[in-house]
Amino acid sequence: MPFLQLSGLTKRFGDVVAVEDFSLAVEKGEFVSLLGPSGCGKTTTLQMIAGFEQPTSGHIMLNGRHLEEVPARNRGLGIVFQTYALFPHMTVEENVAFGLEMRGIDKKERARKVAGALELVQLAHLAKRYPRAMSGGQRQRVALARALVIEPELLLLDEPLSNLDAKLREEMQLELRRIQQEAGVTTLLVTHDQNEAMALSDRVAVMHHGRLMQQETPFHVYENPKSSFISTFLGKTNSLTATLKTTNDEGSALVCNGMELAGPPAHLRPGPITVSLRPERIEIVEAGEAVVSGPVIERIFLGDQWLFRIETPIGPLLVVRRNRGQREPEHGETVHLAWTPHHLRLLPKEDEAA
Amino acid sequence: MTRRSRSRPWILSAPALLLFLVLLLVPLAMTFILSFHSFSFYGGITPTFSLENYIEVLSDGYFYEIFGRTFAIALATTLICAAIGLPQAYFLSRMHPFWRSVMLLVVLGPLLISVVVRTLGWAILLGNKGVINDALRDLGLITSPIRMMYTSGGIVLALVHVMVPFMILAIWAALQRTDPATESAAESLGARPWTIFRRIVLPQAMPGILSGSLIVFSLSASAFATPAILGGRRVKVVSTTVYDEFLNTLNWPLGAAIAMLLLVSVLAIMVGWNRLVERRFAGVFE
Ligand SMILES: Nc1ncnc2c1ncn2[C@@H]1O[C@H](COP(=O)(O)OP(=O)(O)O)[C@@H](O)[C@H]1O
Ligand SMILES: [Mg+2]
Repeated sequence: MPFLQLSGLTKRFGDVVAVEDFSLAVEKGEFVSLLGPSGCGKTTTLQMIAGFEQPTSGHIMLNGRHLEEVPARNRGLGIVFQTYALFPHMTVEENVAFGLEMRGIDKKERARKVAGALELVQLAHLAKRYPRAMSGGQRQRVALARALVIEPELLLLDEPLSNLDAKLREEMQLELRRIQQEAGVTTLLVTHDQNEAMALSDRVAVMHHGRLMQQETPFHVYENPKSSFISTFLGKTNSLTATLKTTNDEGSALVCNGMELAGPPAHLRPGPITVSLRPERIEIVEAGEAVVSGPVIERIFLGDQWLFRIETPIGPLLVVRRNRGQREPEHGETVHLAWTPHHLRLLPKEDEAA
Repeated sequence: MTRRSRSRPWILSAPALLLFLVLLLVPLAMTFILSFHSFSFYGGITPTFSLENYIEVLSDGYFYEIFGRTFAIALATTLICAAIGLPQAYFLSRMHPFWRSVMLLVVLGPLLISVVVRTLGWAILLGNKGVINDALRDLGLITSPIRMMYTSGGIVLALVHVMVPFMILAIWAALQRTDPATESAAESLGARPWTIFRRIVLPQAMPGILSGSLIVFSLSASAFATPAILGGRRVKVVSTTVYDEFLNTLNWPLGAAIAMLLLVSVLAIMVGWNRLVERRFAGVFE
């Protein structure tokens, strides 16, 4: 029996289906991210686990007990809200102590635990401050300390880093991971930021239109996306429309824009498909080894990388190259591209409607 | 900045400034000067400078009673408005936007009706032969009428009716600035509904309650129409006393002195209150 088990969770708001038949298992101590675009039902899922929304149908089991009938205040979960929801009229210390107070823990024990929690998030020196006088990152840590101090069975985080600026967000990612591991708490994070999901979690559960699309390690999801939606949502990719001609155990034959390409073995029927090719898997080669060739139409320098867009017979291709301090192709220069066939991912063609 | 653009704000606000000066400051200054003049039944007003009017007011227990009653009525009105306004503003802030605008209109409705009309309405309700007493008698609940007209209680009741929208708006404005997720956060930490209200909602509504109280208290302390109609000669407050001095006794200087004392004491209470609030909430709210 997994530690947290969501089975067939569905939530409708009138005609709107926010979450549909959502099932997910989370093991004790695991860090799982719910990843999906805005409006796909992540928050609703979290709210149902937290007890702020009643599921239309389905079950939530935590550590062997059914949660559906338990009121939110008795679920004992640690929640970090997107807005942090700190109590503005209480000091940091009082904010963190609130949950302990509600549990009737005596003053001395409370002070000890609050100090411990603030130590964990490295805010011990700001215990007497009011939230108003703190930076976004600091408020975030207070919210985390307040959620963790009650020693929750499960920590729920709703887009916890989305209100921070880019640099701080990266720092907080590392920090969040450290704190989670130190506290050893089972964690479910909701985010629309694929970098965040991949950097933080043991497992990523990709959601789309209220449904679970795929749940695996970040590496797995990135390498073997189950659909072209996932391949474009996680990282950058070149999505090409192609036709699958034949496939066997050795490999497959494709036609893309009239050009014949070799691909890996596919578990698909011959016919129209989507091909995903990651930009970092494309190499610039000598003319003789080229699969396709074409001029550079866009050239962007990103510091550690170069980003090229190259006009080829199979369509414009995005190419990423590590910056090694060498000369790179200029705008308009014709380059020759190649890749090994097993880097292609053959995916079922997505319905326009889906 | 050029000279012209610097003078422009002054030129543009000149009409308003002039109006303010002529209609407010000049009468106020004249009342202030008047309060030092002396008055006799035969000689009328003589433009002297003496503190006799102030001494008369401050040495007479009758005036202390009136001032005491006025502030007691204002205080009671404020407390009742806060007690009514807080839950109402809270529900308002949690309502669906459509129903919220409907309810806001309902709340503000009383302000659209003239004070005199509204207060006369209360007089019809509260009189010894008024609607309330008649109904209670017909129901057999009372034998002799409950006296409500010409009592401080009746005045408070009618004042609450007028003042409660100000309180609701002030508290609502404060609640608008709060994050509803703080209530969810408290709930997730194990707080019961009543605890959430007392520990999370109430403190965040406090700035609104305090500023609303300031408005309601000062308006109630200087209200005229309501106590004049519902209190009459029997239950006098400061403003009706000033009126009587001016129009019945014709002792304008004494009336002016009482008016100045009311102004100063209301100002003093407001400033003191503000100080207290600022000290208490410094650093907590923006
Ligand atoms: N209280 C609600 N009433 C009606 N529709 C809602 C409500 N909450 C969420 N929804 C709808 O459910 C869908 C999922 O919302 P949400 O869970 O907030 O998405 P996410 O957090 O992934 O951005 C959206 O289409 C949203 O409009
Ligand atoms: Mg959301």
